[in-house]
Amino acid sequence: MNFVSQTLTVAGKDIRSEIRTKESLNAAISFAIVILVIFSFAVDPSAEQIKEMSGGLLWIVFAFAGALILNRSFARELGNDCLDALICSPVPSAALFTGKAAANFVLLMVVEAVSLPIFGVLYNMQWMRDPATLAAVCMLATWGITIIGTVFSALTVNLRLRELMLPVLIYPMMIPALMAAMRLTTVLISEGTIPADDIIWLRLLVGFDIIFTALSVMLIDTVLIG
Amino acid sequence: MSAAAPAVQISDLWKYYGDYPALKSIGLSIHAGSCLSLLGRNGAGKTTLLRILAGLLRPQRGDLRIFGHDPRDGATRARIGILGHGIGVYEELSALENLKLFANLYGLPNAAESAKDWLKRTYLDNVSDSLVREFSRGMRQRLAVARAFIHGPDLLLLDEPFTSLDDRAIALLQSLLQGALNRGATIVMSTHQLREAMELSTDVALLNRGKLVFQGPRPVEMLQDPTWLYRTYGEG
Repeated sequence: MNFVSQTLTVAGKDIRSEIRTKESLNAAISFAIVILVIFSFAVDPSAEQIKEMSGGLLWIVFAFAGALILNRSFARELGNDCLDALICSPVPSAALFTGKAAANFVLLMVVEAVSLPIFGVLYNMQWMRDPATLAAVCMLATWGITIIGTVFSALTVNLRLRELMLPVLIYPMMIPALMAAMRLTTVLISEGTIPADDIIWLRLLVGFDIIFTALSVMLIDTVLIG
Repeated sequence: MSAAAPAVQISDLWKYYGDYPALKSIGLSIHAGSCLSLLGRNGAGKTTLLRILAGLLRPQRGDLRIFGHDPRDGATRARIGILGHGIGVYEELSALENLKLFANLYGLPNAAESAKDWLKRTYLDNVSDSLVREFSRGMRQRLAVARAFIHGPDLLLLDEPFTSLDDRAIALLQSLLQGALNRGATIVMSTHQLREAMELSTDVALLNRGKLVFQGPRPVEMLQDPTWLYRTYGEG
């Protein structure tokens, strides 16, 4: 069984478990919708100002909702000592990690896919001006969030206060990816294209993903085994 | 691996939890095809030693070889089956899905067939599509046994495997363990259920507060009096 099949097997297991229980997906989607609704009361949807803050609002919602998904990633392995059974299997820690990150990525993309149309309706926003580029930005930023979140989910899984510790640890690490995602999403929603001046943010997102994916894959064995 | 290499070779192994030494200079050699019962009172270090053998913990000092290799090697782990305190199966998956998952993770060529075969061998074939969360304790334990055995491991690490099993499940586990021994597998089990363990054991090791105080062939006295080792080696 090669690395890709092992990764897909772990990811498939996590997604299947989540579809059965819906324990984090329902919470994350509900949370995202509630924040979007509440925030819509605070701003004038006709104002031009909302375009300027659209990226920031969306990525704050995605990052906070994402923490609910990421918290469960390794915590769901604690019941029945399933994490031990996985670590004992011949699957490399890196495949286990990327499988879990891939499942978190899919789940967070579902939250984003549900949230974006609701955002468009509530804030009267044309967010589909360049859907392909917006999707690419969302995928790059979401991968950055999930890779950081998954490794810290493994790190905090045995902590009693993991629900509190995970956000405290991951948000500072995510700042570069969130800054880039906020800027790119804002320009894509307000201008419909990424100006040449802002391409640097796209490069930053790609670099962030590559560096943190490589670092996480290298360190995960130490994180899991100690 | 050379033919003479023991299944497990440990030398001067230390494990600390903070400043507390859970294992102190353990040296142990377990020959392939033997069944070693790891005995000791609660807190003696049995579970810690088994977790180190399984590659779930790293010792601070010492050397450990499983079939001549590092226990964290993928190829070595593929030869190990572990049955710990937790059953290691997912509540929200069915029995069949659980076994197929582990058969796939162990790279078995025909995962679905292996899973069905082991469900039959553990008398769970009639509930193969039921979710584990609907299972009784005994059924979960049998599924855990199937999960540990499905890839035909050469080394079985069992942490108190007879605990909370009913008579039928104990008989099933003993027959599976005997089958594993017959095909040449090595078994290391920690247990407090000495009578069940002594029927299978070829060797015993006694841990006392992290120190190995006895290792050798199972003394014949233990068949009549399973607590003989505890009394003779100073634990009372």
